[in-house]
Amino acid sequence: MTTPSGYPIRRYAPEPGTWSKLTARDSVVRRLDWVILLAALALSGIGAALVYSATRNRTELNQGDPYYFLVRHALNTGIGIGLAVATIWLGHRTLRGAVPILYGLSILLLLTVLTPLGSTINGAHSWIVIGGGFSVQPSEFAKITIILGMAMLLAAKVDAGDREHPDHRTVVQALGLAALPIAIVLLMPDLGSVMVMAIIILAVLLASGASNRWVAGLIGTAVIGAVLVWQLGVLDQYQIDRFAAFANPALDPAGVGYNTNQARIAIGSGGLLGKGLFHGTQTTGQFVPEQQTDFVFSVAGEELGFVGAGLIIVLLGVILWRACRIARETTELYGTVVAAGIIAWFAFQAFENIGMTLGIMPVAGLPLPFVSYGGSSMFAIWIAVGLLQSIKVQRPISA
Amino acid sequence: MSNIPETGRTPRVTVRLAVIQILVFSLLLTLGGRLWYLQIRNGDEYTAKADNNHVQQVVQPATRGAILDARGIPLADNETRLVVSASRTDLMKMPDDGEAVLTRLAGVLDMKPADVMAKVRLCDAKTPQPCWNGSPYQPIPITDEATTQQALQIRERAEEFPGISAEPTPVRRYAAPGESNAAQVLGYLSPVTDEEIKKAEDGPSPLLRSDQIGRSGLERTYDAELRGKAGVTRYEVDNLGRVIGKAKSEQAQPGSNVITSIDARVQAVAEKELALAMKEARKSFDKNTGTNYKADAGAVVVMEAKTGRVVAMASNPTYDPNAWVGGISARDYKQLTGKDSNYPLLNRAIQGQAAPGSIFKVIPTTAAVNAGYSFEGPYPCPSSYSIGGQVFKNFESAGHGDISLGQALEVSCDTVYYGLAHQQWLKDGGNNPKKDAKDWFYKTAHQFGLGKTTGIDLPGEVSGRVPDRKWKKDYWKANEKAWCKSGKKDGDYAQRIAYENCLEGMKMRAGDSVNYSIGQGDTLVTPIQMATIYAAISNGGTLYDPSVGKAIVSADGKHVQEIKPKSHGRLPMDAATRKKINEALAGVATRGTAAWRFVGWPQDKIPMHAKTGTAEVYGKQTTSWFATYTKDYTIVMTISQGGTGSGASGPAVRNIYNALYGVSADGTIDRKKALLPVPQRSLPRIDSNGTIQAQPVGRVYKAVGLGGGAPQ
Repeated sequence: MTTPSGYPIRRYAPEPGTWSKLTARDSVVRRLDWVILLAALALSGIGAALVYSATRNRTELNQGDPYYFLVRHALNTGIGIGLAVATIWLGHRTLRGAVPILYGLSILLLLTVLTPLGSTINGAHSWIVIGGGFSVQPSEFAKITIILGMAMLLAAKVDAGDREHPDHRTVVQALGLAALPIAIVLLMPDLGSVMVMAIIILAVLLASGASNRWVAGLIGTAVIGAVLVWQLGVLDQYQIDRFAAFANPALDPAGVGYNTNQARIAIGSGGLLGKGLFHGTQTTGQFVPEQQTDFVFSVAGEELGFVGAGLIIVLLGVILWRACRIARETTELYGTVVAAGIIAWFAFQAFENIGMTLGIMPVAGLPLPFVSYGGSSMFAIWIAVGLLQSIKVQRPISA
Repeated sequence: MSNIPETGRTPRVTVRLAVIQILVFSLLLTLGGRLWYLQIRNGDEYTAKADNNHVQQVVQPATRGAILDARGIPLADNETRLVVSASRTDLMKMPDDGEAVLTRLAGVLDMKPADVMAKVRLCDAKTPQPCWNGSPYQPIPITDEATTQQALQIRERAEEFPGISAEPTPVRRYAAPGESNAAQVLGYLSPVTDEEIKKAEDGPSPLLRSDQIGRSGLERTYDAELRGKAGVTRYEVDNLGRVIGKAKSEQAQPGSNVITSIDARVQAVAEKELALAMKEARKSFDKNTGTNYKADAGAVVVMEAKTGRVVAMASNPTYDPNAWVGGISARDYKQLTGKDSNYPLLNRAIQGQAAPGSIFKVIPTTAAVNAGYSFEGPYPCPSSYSIGGQVFKNFESAGHGDISLGQALEVSCDTVYYGLAHQQWLKDGGNNPKKDAKDWFYKTAHQFGLGKTTGIDLPGEVSGRVPDRKWKKDYWKANEKAWCKSGKKDGDYAQRIAYENCLEGMKMRAGDSVNYSIGQGDTLVTPIQMATIYAAISNGGTLYDPSVGKAIVSADGKHVQEIKPKSHGRLPMDAATRKKINEALAGVATRGTAAWRFVGWPQDKIPMHAKTGTAEVYGKQTTSWFATYTKDYTIVMTISQGGTGSGASGPAVRNIYNALYGVSADGTIDRKKALLPVPQRSLPRIDSNGTIQAQPVGRVYKAVGLGGGAPQ
C-alpha cells in the first residue's frame, strides 16, 4: 500500500491484519501524540457546550432550532478530525510535494473572495458563501499553505545537507511566496488574518535559522507596514473605531465599546466557579454579540468561571507545549519549521481572541482555535493538528 | 525520551525554538493573569454590573390605607377605577412599535391617537409632557376613566390589543361624607420626586418611581403607615429588554388605615357654619373702614377638652382635594396656589396667625395673680388710661368702676390690664430694664405654650409669636436699616412709626407693654394654640398636644396601635385661680360680652364658658376671635377681617354646640338630635377580615347661621 505520492508505508511496519496493524507496538496509532489529540478533543467538546449555550436562545440566528449551531459545530469538528486523519494518512512530507497545487488552489480561492462571489461577514470581506448555511473562509486555509510553502523552500537545502542555514535567496523566495496571499487578504481586508500570517512568517523564519538580519528586517517591515496601513487610510472606519475603543473602553459604551464592555462584564461576573452552564445572565440575555464565534470565551468566563475559562487556557497550553516538543524533536528542519508555524498560529490567534474578550487586545475577528463556531477555522485547525501528528509519527524510530 | 534522534539542527535553531516557546507561554500566562484580575479580583464589581444589566423590576403598587373618622366613616379611601394601561415592552416588540394597536385603542377610548402615543413615550430632556417618567417595564396608564363598555371591548378583543390591559385599579378618593370637606386636614398626594427616591434609597422603606407621597395634612404625617409596601417583581431581561424569566417577587403589603378623632358630621357642621358666618360677615358694615367686612379667611377648631383630640377642624377658603387625584391640572394648581384664591391650601387652624385680641386676657389675668396681685382686686376700670400723654382707650370707651380680675374678663375691661401691665413695666425698670426683669406677662404667655408649636400631628404648624424683649431686639436688628431709611419725623403715619422704630425699636416701651397685655400689637397666635389653652382651662390645666390621628389599624385589622394623648405641660396657675377664671368665663357666656350669643342656652345642664376677642390689625379690618368651652369640648373660631368676636363668630360657634349637644333655639335638649353629646371614646368596630365598620353619616347638615337653634 502506498500513498498517492508514492511513499511506502510498509517501510515502518510489516503488513499484518488491519486491526493488529493499528494496535501494533510501533503502529501509527500508538505513535500519535495522544495528549494533543485529547486536549484538542476536550477543547472541541467544551466549545460545543459553549456554542450551544450561546445560541440556544438566539432565535434570530438559529432558525428556531436550539440545536442548530450545536449540530453544525459537532459536524465541523467531525469533518475536522476526518481532515486530520487524512493529513496523517498523507503525511506532511507528501504535502510538501503537493505545495504547488495547494498554493495554487489557495490563491485561486482567495482571489474568488475578491470577485462578486465573495461575501462580507462582520465587516470582513473574506468569505465565500456556498449555500445551505455553509461558507468558506479561504484565508484560514491560506495560513496552512503559507506554512507548508515557506517550510518547503526554507528547509530544502538544509535538509539536503547543502547548507547549515537558509541562504538569502531562499529567504527572499519564501517571503515572496508568503507575500502574495497576504496581499490578497489585505485587500479584502481581513486584518486579523494578516496579523496571524505575519506572526506565522516571523516564527517560520526564526525556526528555519534564517539570519538575524532577516528576522529584524521582518519585524521592522511589520512596524512600518502597520504605520503605513494606518496613515494611508487602508483601514475601514470600523477598524479605526475598534482600536479607539480598545484604547479607551469607556468611549461610547453603546457603540463600538459595547462588545468588549459586555464581554468583560460577562467574564468578570463569572467569578471563581461561574454561574453554571446555561445559567449565565449575560449569555442568556444575549448581551454579548458574536458570542458563539469571536466572543465564545466570554461564555466560558461567565458560565464556567475562572476554573473553566482557565482550563481552556491550560488545554491550549498543553497543546502548545507538546507542539513545541514535536518541533524540537523532529529530525528534519522541514518538520520543525512547520511545527513552529503552527505554534505561532495557534498561540497568537488564541492570545488575540481571548485577549480581546478580556480587554487587553483590540478587537479583531479571529476565532478561538477548537472552541469557536466556524467551519473553515475548525477544518484548518484540525489539519494543522494532523500535520503536527504527522511530523511526530513520521519521525524515524531509533532502534 | 531516552533516544533523542540526531536532528542535525544548529544551536541557532534550538535557541530560537526556546525563544518561541518562552514567548508563547508568556502570552498564555498574561491571559491567565488578566482572567484572574477580572474574575477574582474585580468579580464583585462585574457581578453588580451584570445584575444591573439583566434585572428589571415591575412594581405592583400597594393599596393605600384609608383615613377614617372617629366612627369609621371613610374621609379618604380608594375607589376602583378602570385603568387602561399599555405595556411598553410588548409594544416595542411589534414591527411598528405598537402604533397600530395604540391607534385602535385611541378609537375605543375616544381619544386622539397622538395623545395616546404621547402618553407611552418615555420622558427625556427633549420630550415635553405628556410623557412617561416611570420605569419602561411598568404598565403605563393611558386613562383611569375608562367605562365598563370600553374595558369590555378591550378585554374581549384581546388579540387586537396585545400589550394593552384594562384593569380595575384603586385610585385615591376623598369621599366628603355628609358634605364634609376637611381638605386641609386630609392633605393630598403627589408623585414622588427623584430627590425623594434617592433619599429613601437606603432607608427601611425605599420609594419607587410610581409612588405617590402625602404632601400635606394627614396624608403626609401618616404617609409611611398609609402607603404600605409596594410589591416588586424582578424580571430577567435580555439585551433587547425582552423578559426571559422571573427572578424574584415580593407581595405588595397594603397600607394601614388611620382612624382619626374627626367626626365627619361635626366637621360638616363646622365647615358650613364657618362658611356661612363669613358670608354673613361680608354683609355687615364696618364703620372704621367704611366698607363691608371682607371676611377673607377663617378657621374653627372643635377639640375634645380632656384629650386634645380634634373633632373638627375647618379652614376657609377651601378646595376639593380630589383635584389632586390622577395628577393635578396646571389650571387647578395655579388656582390653588394663587393669591386670587387666597391660598386655600393653607390650613388656617394651624397655619393662620393673628393677634388674639381679648381672648388673650386669660394669660395676663394669670400673670397678674402669679405676679402677686389678688384676683379680687379691686382694680379701677376707667374708660381710658394714659401714659405720658398717650391715651389708651377701653374698647367702646366704657368705664366700669372698680372691679375684680374676674369681672375684667367678663366685661373685657382693657384699662385694668393696662394699669397692671404698666405697673409691672415700671417695676422691671421701664425704658432702662433691670437685668433681672421679671417680665411676668411675657413669661406667662410662654408658659401657656405661645410662641411655639403645639405639636399637633399635622405638618406645617406655625409657632406664633410672643413679642418679648428678645424678640424686640432681634426684630429691630433685622429691620433697623429699612426703618431708618424710610422713617420721617414729620411724615405720614407709617413714616412716623418707622422713624420711632429706628430710634428705639429695640426697646420695650410702655405702650408696647400695655398693648401687649390685651392681646394686641405684635402678638401672634394660631387658633390651635388658643384651643389648646382653653381646653387646658376646661380640663384642669393640662396642655395637650392636639391630635387628629387616633389609631393606626393594619390592613388585616390584626394590629391596632392607639395614639394616646400627650401633654406638653400644665397651665401656670393654681386650682383656685383656675376655678375663678372658669367662673368668670362662664360669666362671659351668661352676663358678659358673649351672653347675647348664648341666649336660652341650658347653662345649668351644659355650663358654657366663653371669651370674645377683636384684634386690631394695622391697615386691615379687625380679626374676630371667639374662644369657648364646656366640660367636654373647646371651640375656637376666628375670621380674618370679620368684625367683632361675638358678632362674626358667635352664631356659628353656638350652632356647632347646638349640633353637638342637640340643643334647640329655646334651650331644650333633644338627645336624639345630638351628634356627639359626649366625645367618642371607643374605636369603631373592626371585623375579623380587617374591615372597619362605618356608622351612618346621617342627614346632610344645612348651615343655620344667624337663625340659631338646633339642627333642622
